[in-house]
Amino acid sequence: MAEKLKVELVTPYKKVLSEEVDEITATGALGEFGVLPGHAPFLTSLKIGELAYRKDGVSHHMALNWGYFEVENDTVTVLVETAEKADEIDLERAKAALGRAETELKGLTPEDKNFRIYEAALERALIRVQVAGKAARR
Amino acid sequence: MANLKSIKKRIVSVKNTRQITKAMKMVSAAKLRRAQENVVAARPYAGKLAEVLERLAKTQESDASPLMVKRDTRRALLVVVTSDRGLCGGFNANLSKAAERFINERKGDFSELSLMTIGRKGYEFLRNRHTVRKHHGNIFSTLSYHTAALIAAELVEGYLAEEYDEVYVIYNAFKSVMTQDITLEQLLPVTAKTTDTDEVGTEYIYEPSKAALLDELLPKHIEVQVFKSLLESVASEHGARMTAMDSASKNATEMIGKLTLIYNRARQAAITTELMEIISGSESIKG
Repeated sequence: MAEKLKVELVTPYKKVLSEEVDEITATGALGEFGVLPGHAPFLTSLKIGELAYRKDGVSHHMALNWGYFEVENDTVTVLVETAEKADEIDLERAKAALGRAETELKGLTPEDKNFRIYEAALERALIRVQVAGKAARR
Repeated sequence: MANLKSIKKRIVSVKNTRQITKAMKMVSAAKLRRAQENVVAARPYAGKLAEVLERLAKTQESDASPLMVKRDTRRALLVVVTSDRGLCGGFNANLSKAAERFINERKGDFSELSLMTIGRKGYEFLRNRHTVRKHHGNIFSTLSYHTAALIAAELVEGYLAEEYDEVYVIYNAFKSVMTQDITLEQLLPVTAKTTDTDEVGTEYIYEPSKAALLDELLPKHIEVQVFKSLLESVASEHGARMTAMDSASKNATEMIGKLTLIYNRARQAAITTELMEIISGSESIKG
């Protein structure tokens, strides 16, 4: 494939990524999707999830928090609150957070105000562990 | 002369002060650099978000989201961003006064006007003159996006609960180290810039839907705006403090020079009188 996608990933703290990639997949509001060069203009919000892209045959993985994803003219703009590359994730910490969120959730009912907060924490921790695992395998 | 000692003492104390102001200047310079980097780093995010929002809003009805609806009742909330610490020149005083001016000038437009203060200095200035609905202090030492998000959520919540109908924010925008621009912005309701309404633009695929996206983006937009104002304010604060401390150091140096001159003169005069006394004493013995 000759054409490439230009990806820009920004958080409020810094520009995380600015690269030319072959393919990118992410978790959107309606589920996981993939984008190849030549995609139609597209705008979606992202859920807590994984972002993966392939560049020169090598896959890279990242854990994302809330954000949104835009494609236009083979340019992908991803705006997220936090983004962590697979090798930046502290697996121990993520696992600890996972355990903490699980125990907190057990003691709460879905009506509780904190339920959503811990549920989101659980999701984030899960994704982190998952993404970190992929980095280790690579 | 009796005041030789007291002049010496003053010179020493001014020297000590100069040392402190110099140190504060250095600290501010270092902090300023970091704050400036943060401002620059946050810009692409804010810019892109505004871009997308504009595109979404352009093709939507203006009452698509409750955050965009203009209400007939006009109860306003003014968010005043100052710093927690002083010793930064006119930074806080200027902003507090600008806020006061806004209140006095626009009083007639609003049926009610309350304040939210961020930063201790503005709070202390305004709390006795106007109704301060809420105060956030001590957030600058641990400023993160999360802090801004919490404040934004509070603003949106109050707005949706119809506690107020318009939200403005006033803060010091960072222009350069020497200058801060007092900036007033309207946060809520969100007014979409309609620059070129005729242009249809590219047809997008929206997921899940345009309205849902707008609903999600607008609160984020408020968060980013709050975050941006806080960052700019922090950078301005350090800039202002740096300049203030720099001129304080210069003044101290000048003062030391003047005092040294006075000290030397007094010393010379004392020596002269002593000599005169000795000479006249020995003269009288001879005679």
